[in-house]
Amino acid sequence: MHGRVKVKSTAQQEEEKRKERENKLKVFVSARDAVLKKRSAGEYDEEALLLTQQLLSANPDFATLWNFRREVLLLLETLREKDEVQKLYESELHFIEACLKVNPKSYGSWHHRTWVTSRLPQHDWTRELGLCDRCLSLDERNFHCWDYRRMVVKASGVSVEQELQFTDRLIGSNFSNYSSWHYRSTLLPQLHPEPVSDSTSNTSPSPTASPQTHSHRVCEVQLLKEYELAHNAFFTDPNDQSAWFYYRWLLGRAERDEMISCVYVSREGERVTVAFSKPVHAASVGLMLVLDGQPQQVEWRSTHPRFHHSPVWLCDLPPGSISDLNNEHNLTVHWTLKHTHRDCALYTGCVESWCRDSATDQELFRSELSIEKSSVLQAELQSCNQLLELEPQNKWCLLTIILLMRALDPLGHEKETLVHFQTLKEVDPMRSSYYSDLCSKFLIENTILKMEYAEVRVFSLSSKNLTILCHLDQLLLVTHINLSSNQLARLPHQFSMLRCLEVLEADDNVIESLEGLYQLPKLEDVSLKNNKISKLSDLEPLVSCPKLTKLDLRGNPVSTTANVQSELAELLPLVTSLSL
Amino acid sequence: MATEELPSQFDVVILGTGLTESVIAAACSRVGQSVLHLDRRSYYAGNWASFTFNGLLSWIEEYKNQQEVPTTESEQVWRSLIDEGEDLMPLSSVDSSISNLEVFCYASEEEEKEEDPTVSLPSSQPENTQTTSEETNSDSTEEQETVTTDDPIEAVVKTQKEGDEVFEPTEEKAIPEISDSRQSQEEKEQQPISSPADPPVEKITYQKLLKEGRRFNIDLVSKLMYSRGALVDLLIKSNVSRYAEFKNISRILTCRNGKVEQVPCSRADVFASKQLTVVEKRMLMKYLTFCLDFEQHPEEYQDSSEKPFMEFLKTKKLTENLQDFVLHSIAMVSEETPTEEGLKATQHFLRCLGRYGNTPFLFPLYGLGEIPQCFCRMCAVFGGIYCLRHSVQCLVVDKASNSVKAVIDTRGQRISCSHFVVEDSYIRDEQRQSTSYRQISRAVLITDRSVLPSESEQQISLVTVPSLESSTPAIRMVELCSSSMTCMPGTYLVHLTCSSSGSAQEDLAPVISRLFHVPSSPGEEPEEGAEERSKPAVLWVMYFNMRDTSALDSSSYSLPNNVHLCTGPDARLGSDYSIKLAESVFHHLLPDEEFCPPAPNPEDIVYDGDGSQAEGAGFDDTNNTEGDNIQAEEGGVAQEKSPSAESSEASENTESTTQETPLETTAQTTPTDE
Repeated sequence: MHGRVKVKSTAQQEEEKRKERENKLKVFVSARDAVLKKRSAGEYDEEALLLTQQLLSANPDFATLWNFRREVLLLLETLREKDEVQKLYESELHFIEACLKVNPKSYGSWHHRTWVTSRLPQHDWTRELGLCDRCLSLDERNFHCWDYRRMVVKASGVSVEQELQFTDRLIGSNFSNYSSWHYRSTLLPQLHPEPVSDSTSNTSPSPTASPQTHSHRVCEVQLLKEYELAHNAFFTDPNDQSAWFYYRWLLGRAERDEMISCVYVSREGERVTVAFSKPVHAASVGLMLVLDGQPQQVEWRSTHPRFHHSPVWLCDLPPGSISDLNNEHNLTVHWTLKHTHRDCALYTGCVESWCRDSATDQELFRSELSIEKSSVLQAELQSCNQLLELEPQNKWCLLTIILLMRALDPLGHEKETLVHFQTLKEVDPMRSSYYSDLCSKFLIENTILKMEYAEVRVFSLSSKNLTILCHLDQLLLVTHINLSSNQLARLPHQFSMLRCLEVLEADDNVIESLEGLYQLPKLEDVSLKNNKISKLSDLEPLVSCPKLTKLDLRGNPVSTTANVQSELAELLPLVTSLSL
Repeated sequence: MATEELPSQFDVVILGTGLTESVIAAACSRVGQSVLHLDRRSYYAGNWASFTFNGLLSWIEEYKNQQEVPTTESEQVWRSLIDEGEDLMPLSSVDSSISNLEVFCYASEEEEKEEDPTVSLPSSQPENTQTTSEETNSDSTEEQETVTTDDPIEAVVKTQKEGDEVFEPTEEKAIPEISDSRQSQEEKEQQPISSPADPPVEKITYQKLLKEGRRFNIDLVSKLMYSRGALVDLLIKSNVSRYAEFKNISRILTCRNGKVEQVPCSRADVFASKQLTVVEKRMLMKYLTFCLDFEQHPEEYQDSSEKPFMEFLKTKKLTENLQDFVLHSIAMVSEETPTEEGLKATQHFLRCLGRYGNTPFLFPLYGLGEIPQCFCRMCAVFGGIYCLRHSVQCLVVDKASNSVKAVIDTRGQRISCSHFVVEDSYIRDEQRQSTSYRQISRAVLITDRSVLPSESEQQISLVTVPSLESSTPAIRMVELCSSSMTCMPGTYLVHLTCSSSGSAQEDLAPVISRLFHVPSSPGEEPEEGAEERSKPAVLWVMYFNMRDTSALDSSSYSLPNNVHLCTGPDARLGSDYSIKLAESVFHHLLPDEEFCPPAPNPEDIVYDGDGSQAEGAGFDDTNNTEGDNIQAEEGGVAQEKSPSAESSEASENTESTTQETPLETTAQTTPTDE
């Protein structure tokens, strides 16, 4: 019998392949040299197009060749009739398509396509959209294609509605796709904007005291549909984060008005302290201080030289201007750039005075998480709790529940929140520090709220496993602070914003650094028992606190170093009660 | 008839061209065995075959008229061919694997012809002429079936495969030449029709079905390919996949409370499902995720692994809704199936999801009948010899060793062989130990609409219809659209399959009348507003039972040692049974050889001597060469069918390529190793 198939051996095949590769290389190199020669000779002709085409279809990432090609095309454009130019560029589009098959993420090809579209006399946008669809169906994360598509959509005037349907389709086929969800979040406010009247009626009576709702918002009917879409996604796959992030976007955050949230004035030192709703650079925002109708020339400085942008700024008034207890003074701080100001009256007999918005009035911390109506949030919380019942270990669900609870009623849900944080740290140990920090932040917020409800100037948050300190600008007026028995490693620079602080208790932490105890004018008593202060130099910031007389450093490494007593006496001569 | 004689000696003679036989043929030929592959029918693939509509009508006639060929006169001739110590074992010349064949036509006749509605089948002779005359009347852009032969079978064979002809029958009858232009024009023509843009408004008449009959590829066996099943794995491993193209099954449907609805089985489906509550979505996803690696969680199922699957599902907090989905449509088992088996079935289904798109199944374009032919083609490429309408009349058995020494073919030629592989239907009842078979009930419908119309008309759907009583098996329905190249545009081809408890009609007619509108007379339309109006109308239906021999093994027959029996097809959805059987027969024949190693690329094949003429010559998609080529002993005769080869390369890395022009919407898949 003949007809048996003989197959080449592997060695034979490899030899053939090697030869083929060698030949290919030779051809490529000689063609490349020819093209480059043509370019330097200025031969912009059909042959150049042909040669670059051959080379680029083998390697579409050769940017020089694309450039040459554009030069040739620009020349040919001037020499030809309109019909021919159309044909020329159409064939160019076909050619690019072939290049994209070689490498769908070729920068050169996509860029050239954008260029060709800009030169093409008559466009076939449907075709371009079709190409994008095709590319995205092969790789929905091809950002080149997303970019190009945005250009096409813009140029061809595809309706927002159609684009929304496009995201519907992409999300339907695979909802683990940030690009589509994000695109959706840009389309929805255009298509279903929140009615303007709605946002004003939501604000509380005092317009300056309310964080305003802004655009980027979506009307409620559509919003409810979107919540449902997100539910479908995270009930189907609770571990997929893209839907959770979209959900967080849907819940929305308030954009706070820029304003002066507090003015504090003290006769002692004749100093004015101003707090803003967000960090600013005082020198460049047009701050003006008017005292009893007289504009004052003052120098603004932040609480710590490190801060160029800061929510808290202070200035010294000219000596003698408010020092007399028997005088009454009216102070106004103007923020001219934002057309806003805040008044503060300093009455006879008072050593200090302030005027401010309280965190409780502003719903400050809640709106940072969501500005949805509580009925909506309540319903969302219910859905998430339903999911948690099925997936008690799901971190995304737990975290979202915490956020919803805080947006609804931070104090009322404090206990549950802490339990959920505990679970979170267990199921996601990799991020336990993040959760600790977040939990610290929420506890500080809660304590600020409690303090303000009680109308006291004492901030006490001991034994709560705090890992960080934040919102310190909100503690501008606090006189006593107790942070004992936490896990704080430092008193950060922001600590210098506690302008009224007299007593600091921070025993039983792991504090190594005191950098924030800087120029605190009223600080008298600092207790830092059982911390990790090891070097004398760590105590240097305290030198800048003029009233410090009592310091407790027991249980710190530094207290056992040699000559500590005498050296401390030298460093802090004013401290009369030193415990080591 | 062929004038030249076949070679008188082969390593393996294989009788029957069904899937199992064809795989064995390809496997043997691939490792260098000389193979003679015969089929008494005029078409490939036996009970696995696909037919055009007209071809099917002829097949029906042929089956009805089939008679035992008297063998008495040949007996003498055979005796003269055997030696001392040899005995004859005659084979059956009648195929009795099909029974209870019933055909009903509900498509209206053309107005002028008011025919008796009960006459559903035109007689066979006018059948063919009718087709041709119809086409002559048709507009000139329509290619004409230029067959003028008066042999209906020839016409059937000719019309059976259009466009992608792989093999021709061995009969050397002059077949009219068909030019290349016909080919390309036909392809062009198919493109716009397969796009859903132009819905046919006109009513489909019986004449229209006949006229467009060649657009149909109607399978006798209805199966799908699990994308990680034995068949797909084999197609990839052996490189046979390059001979065919595939389409995704786009929807898994079920019928609950008389309503057809989509079964959410993938993540995207569950996400998009409107019928499930979010909690159900979670429960279903959770359960399916568990099934994916259920072996890792023995505590979850161990206690009930022997208990019925349904009971296990009930303990899993799944709602009734979800239990039905999982049991009938995903695991596709019965309520009594043991839990572990049910879990394995679910796992298999899930593992198949996503390999080729958002579905666990593939379907070969032009019908399942393509697959056996692909393997035959592979066999031919490696030198196998093919003869259709050519059978073995009897075996020459060596009495001492009780083994087959040779076969005597239809022409009375004695051909020696060391092994004989045969399909069950060629075996006479005398050789059987038991004649009680299981049966498969089948129905084939041509309908005018999908059972679940959707945005796209081009959907291939698998519908599981749970039976009303839990004791009887679920009915499986596959609805094919025209872009699967199995039916004419504007129609759907629906296959129903179940294990028989009665005749096919008894088993399946109730379901058909539940899901479809069965007109009381041809062309009758349901009244305005009637519930029937929302259902697709049946244009044509065929019922038959097919013998299911898959439960039989060698102990069920008394046959010589070196006769290897191929049973099946079985009633299941996948083809694993047939592929596993082929592999085990192959290992029996050639214990030391590899089963279907990858075929070399055509460019790596060395042609020597007489091979030169074969290269590039003739044997391509155009039908201008004949089956002779296969006997022409050319190793490389089967050229690459370029379209499929291209797409198989392109789809190897879907990430990096935009394979088709952007406006092309049909997603076609070619299995390749990812």
